This record gives sequence, structure tokens and C-alpha cells, in this order.
Amino acid sequence: MIYFDNSATTKPYKEVLESFIKVSSEYFGNPSSLHGFGGKAERLLMQAREQIAHLLNVKHNEVYFTSGGTESNNLAIKGTALMHRKRGRHIITTGLEHASVKEAMDQLKELGCSISIIAPDKNGIVHAEDIEKEITPETILVSVMHVNNEIGSIQPIKEIGEMLKKHSRVVFHVDNVQGIGKVPLDLYQASVDLCTISAHKFHGLKGNGVLFIRDGLRLSPLLSGGNQEWKMRSGTENVAGIVAMAKALRLTINNMERRLSQILSIKRYIFEEMNKIEGITVHTPEKNSAPHIVNFSIEGFKAEVFVHALGERGIYISTTSACSSKKAAASSTLMAMGIPEKDAKSAVRISLSYDNTMEEAEVFIEAVKENVIRLREVMKS
Amino acid sequence: MERIYLDHAATSPMHPEVIERMTEVMKSEYGNPSSIHYFGRSARHIVDEARSALANSIGAKTNDIIFTSGGTEADNHAIFGTAESCRHRGKHIITTQIEHHAVLHACEELEKQGFEVTYLPVDPNGRVLVRDVEDALREDTILVTIMYGNNEIGTLQPIKEIGELLAEHPAKFHTDAVQAYGLERIDVQELKVDLLSVSAHKINGPKGIGFLYAHPDVKLSSRLFGGEQERKRRAGTENVPSIAGFQEAVRITQNEMETKRDELHSFKMLFMNKLKQEDAVFELNGSLDYSLPHVLNLSFPGTNVEAMLVNLDLAGIAASSGSACTAGSIDPSHVLVSMFGKGSDKLQNSIRFSFGLFNTKEQAERAAEQIAKIVKRLAK
Repeated sequence: MIYFDNSATTKPYKEVLESFIKVSSEYFGNPSSLHGFGGKAERLLMQAREQIAHLLNVKHNEVYFTSGGTESNNLAIKGTALMHRKRGRHIITTGLEHASVKEAMDQLKELGCSISIIAPDKNGIVHAEDIEKEITPETILVSVMHVNNEIGSIQPIKEIGEMLKKHSRVVFHVDNVQGIGKVPLDLYQASVDLCTISAHKFHGLKGNGVLFIRDGLRLSPLLSGGNQEWKMRSGTENVAGIVAMAKALRLTINNMERRLSQILSIKRYIFEEMNKIEGITVHTPEKNSAPHIVNFSIEGFKAEVFVHALGERGIYISTTSACSSKKAAASSTLMAMGIPEKDAKSAVRISLSYDNTMEEAEVFIEAVKENVIRLREVMKS
Repeated sequence: MERIYLDHAATSPMHPEVIERMTEVMKSEYGNPSSIHYFGRSARHIVDEARSALANSIGAKTNDIIFTSGGTEADNHAIFGTAESCRHRGKHIITTQIEHHAVLHACEELEKQGFEVTYLPVDPNGRVLVRDVEDALREDTILVTIMYGNNEIGTLQPIKEIGELLAEHPAKFHTDAVQAYGLERIDVQELKVDLLSVSAHKINGPKGIGFLYAHPDVKLSSRLFGGEQERKRRAGTENVPSIAGFQEAVRITQNEMETKRDELHSFKMLFMNKLKQEDAVFELNGSLDYSLPHVLNLSFPGTNVEAMLVNLDLAGIAASSGSACTAGSIDPSHVLVSMFGKGSDKLQNSIRFSFGLFNTKEQAERAAEQIAKIVKRLAK
């Protein structure tokens, strides 16, 4: 079995499961309770917060826990729009964003905000100067993802942050769900105000995420209730999931330091081999792309057909982002890059983790070659 | 010192079988349910099975269950979602003064947005009167939200009667069943409720997962936008292991409900009898007649809640002054204010004990003995 769909979700690390189980069985208190059980849970929560802050190189009071990437993105975008609606109603984003950003923007549009969507270049990268051209005195938010989930292109977050320094009233949000643990990003250096991460994309558990909110920045909360998370996010804290997330982040960042070269050489190998196969177009740019994602089309084949053909051989890849992979529509990311619809419809994505090996990549390449030949013969006859 | 946990209404320990089930799922079923490959389909299967089991537990249809990140999100989703989708019809909402903050603060937020909210009072037993609901009902009422069982006092509300009353009115009926679910037999058809909130960590399941039941006729505006999960009603990758753990917790509660209710009730009685035997002076807040089996709220005249809680904690007994979510500050409980008025001594001397998994008769008796000693020492 070869799992090459780590951008959809990842397998939790063993140590992550152990933390989760230990906290769930021994420290089950509600952190808001005053008694010893609550106190212990609160201490664990605080330690996890400090550890995550340390790993993200930010302050502990800038780390807010949520139910995952979707909630973090929704809170960042709608929370900013609601908080600053009197100052302005213009928001800038890109044509590359994940559904949880795109759809939140659509909702704001219905509520009267105007949204500028910046198109990427043919490599799937947006440019700071294109964003700057759109800024008006009404602009309250710029939301740009760090690493694209479908093709892996890396956006110039630092340059955009640098540019936005000239427009100090504009809030800068970065969806870093795919970038965390794969492509380093210093949030302070890049002048990022809001940043989203999700635990299940780095071997933590589903249902946990973080929104980094720069000290002093105010947002309008999405959930009302018991006023947890400094009134920003009500709901009993998922202590076991949060402690497990801190552990997953530490292990992932350790792995980034130790195993980045390994995953890079696997990606390079896949790139080289793909380029040799007739009829395959690789959409992921060679430069400025994340170490774990390769997106390509096979001329004349529907993406689903190919995903199922590899699935039969125990190799798991995906058509596009998991959240929308049931829709037959062509990927909007690829279309935004100017890739023709017919190629976009046949695009598939592989996404690696630090646990994947070169041997697995070799088996995968063989399977691709055989399938391309076999399917092509079927088509001829 | 063996610590005794009597704060199950704040949160509860996970059942060992729940932990086992989640561990199994976390290890082997890590796919994203939206992925079309084997791992995705297998994870989808778990989510589907759980959804159908949870639906069964309240007499609902599978598709009427929306998974959320917990009780707060379920309450918020029900209230904001209904308010937004029905605002063309009216802007009036009815609730009670004793709801959990996930409901109260959501209603307060809606007031800021131009909605009008009626906060019904309760009688000294903590019950809302059906007549009051009827009197408050207007043509432009779009939502009535009244909790099933109160988290601080344990009082059960006349949900079925209110459901009956609202059957002919277009207002949607939401009930926060976070404290009651798992200990009360709930059938949404029979109760005629349109929306019902549940949280897993109150029934020995994991934190960070809950569900909202929504009748198919209820149109809810989405709160989270993104992928098309939960039939477009709640975006975000499904929390598969927690959903599986939730199902397991529900399976256990459904199987053991009657025995568990009897046991919890007996702990409550034993606890009070022991306090009496030891000559501790106390009064019951609320009534035993309409009460959740696990919640007991007692007033100890002459004591002070903060001193009590510190002393209880030192004696190894975990209890609470009210809901955990407000406990941090020890503001007077809004529930007790509603029952007894602002001037009542009970606001300063009431403690909530809530029983649950792993508690024993011996613990209930031993806790009562310790508490009696503390009360006698502290009461002036």
C-alpha cells in the first residue's frame, strides 16, 4: 500500500495517538473548571499553546485553537470583515485559494463586500505588485495562501507582507494549511497578521486547528458562548486533540529539519520520470513549489479513471483537493493558471509525507507507465 | 488521597471502549472522507454509520444529523442559522433566562443585529411555564430555543408541551439537549422539535465533537464555508475518529441508560441522606420531580461558594459553582438569579455536584462525609 494523498489528510503519528489517549484518559477535566481536574487540563492546554507558539516562533497569546482549517479561515476572513465593516468593505484574495477561503469570500460578497480576485501567472503564483494595484482606501483584508493545495506552488508571502507594510491598515491573512512543516515561513518577518494551520495535515488529528492572531489585532468572533480563547472562540477546549496537535507539530518540524532532502529527491525523481512519459504534462512548477506536491495530467484520460486504476494496485492519489473531489468540474486553480479545461479535467495530484520512500516512488512511476500504455491500447482498439 | 470527580456536567471522562474505538480508527482509518480512493471511502463509511446510529438514537433520519465541533457550535448554528434564513419573516426570538451561554450569548449577539429576544423567567424550581411561552409567542416569532435539561440545576423543561404548542406555529423550535442526551430518552418526532443540540464530551465521548439535529424543513444558513461536507451545511474535513468515538459513546449510553439513570439517582439520594445524617444544613435548589438524574445543586446556608470550592478541592472533591464555562470568574449564576432573584443568599452559597462514569456508592458517601465536615466548619 502506497499512500500518496497526504494533502487530503495524513496518518497520525504513533506518538500523537499516545498523547491523545493519555490526555483523554487521565486529564479529562474541563479547563474552565476551578478544581484540580480542571487545573490540570488548563495547564496542559497552556503548555500546548506555549509549545505551538514556540514552534511557530510567535507569542503564546497569539495562538487560538479552533476546530480546524475551515474554521480558522472562516474566522480570519469573516471576523475581519465584520470587525472593520465600518472602515471599508473591500477584500483582495487570489484565484488559487482553498474552498474554505473562496466560499467565505462568496458569502461576504452576498453581504455587500467587494472582492478582488488576483489571477496567478502560468506557474500558479501571484505577484505582490498585482495585489498592490488593487488596494484602495476601502481595502480591509488581503488573504493569500502560502502553498497551494492542488499544485504546490509557493506564494511570495514575504514580498506581499513587505508591500503591505506601506498599507498598514490592511489586515494580512495567510492560509498556511499546506505549507506548515514543509515550507518555512516566519510570520513576524513576513508581517503576517492572521495565519491558519490544521492538525490533520501534519499527522495530528482531525478536528483541531490554530488561527494565529497577531497581538493587538481584533476580530469579531464566529461562535458565541462560554468565552473561551480570550472570548475569540467559545466552546470547551479539545484538550486531548490540542496536546496531540502540539506533539504532531513538533515531530513534523523535526522531520522537516532532518528529512527535507529525502522528500526533495523523491519529488525530483518523480518530476524527471514524468517528463519522460509521452502525453504527461506536469502542472506543478519546478521552481517555487512545495517539496510534497506534484500535479499532472495525462492526455486523453479522465482523472477518475486514473485514480481508480492506481487504487486497484494499492496506490492512493487524488483528482484534486479532497474537499471538492466529488465534483466533476475542472479545478478552478488550474483554470486560473490558464490551463485548458480538457487538461484541467484530467489532472491528478500526488502528495507526499516525510514517511514516503524512494522505493514507493519507483513503484508508483512503474504503475503510471504501465497504465498509460494499457489505457492507450484500450483506446486504440 | 483518592480524588472524587463530581463534575460530570462540566465534562466527563472518556469511556475506555470509546478510547479503544478511537485508537483503532486513528491508526487504520486516517483517510479523508471526501477522497474517492479506498481510504476515503472507508472513512466515509465510518461517518455514515455513525450518522445513522446517532439519528436512530433520537428517532431522526440519517440526513438530519449535522456533525459539529461541539455543543457551542451546534447551538450557534441552530440559532444564527435560523435567524438568518428566517429574517424576512420576522425578527422575534423566544428563549429563557437559564440557557447555557452558547445560547444566551448567541441571542445577545442577534439583539445587536436588530433581532428582538424575549428571555422568559423560570419558577423557583427552575422550570419555564408553557403559558409564558404561549403569551410571548407572536406572529413574527421565528425561533423558540429552550433547553431540555438545565446544566446547573438539572431541571427538565416541558419540551413536549412546548413542542405541542408550537406545532401549529411557523416558529422553529430548538432545544439544547447537551446535558440531557444520553440520560433521557429523546424522540424528536414525539417532542416535535425542529433542532436539537448534542455534545459528545458530556456523555463519555471525546471533546471537540457534537451534532445538530435539523428537521428537513428547517432551512439553516451555513456558518462555515468551504468544502461541501455535511450536505453543504457545515464545511470542514470530518473529524472521523471523534465521530467514531461519539458513536461508541452513544451505543453505550443507549444500552445502559435505564441502569445508569437508576444508579445516578441512587448516588444523589445517598449523597443527600449522608449529608443529613452528618447534620450538614443544606437546601435543594430545584426539584427532584423534574430533574436530570446526575445533577444536584445544593445551597449551604452560611457558607461562601469560593471558600467551599477551595476546601472541597483540598479534600480531593471536584465540584463546581455553576457551569464550567463561567466558573473561571465566579460571577453569580444567571440560573440562580433567575430562580431566586438578585438578592438571594443562594447565589453565594450554592454548589453543583454532578455524578457519572467511575463514581461509586462509596465515593458518594465519602464525599458527603467530607462535605459535611467542611460545611460545619465554614458555616457561620
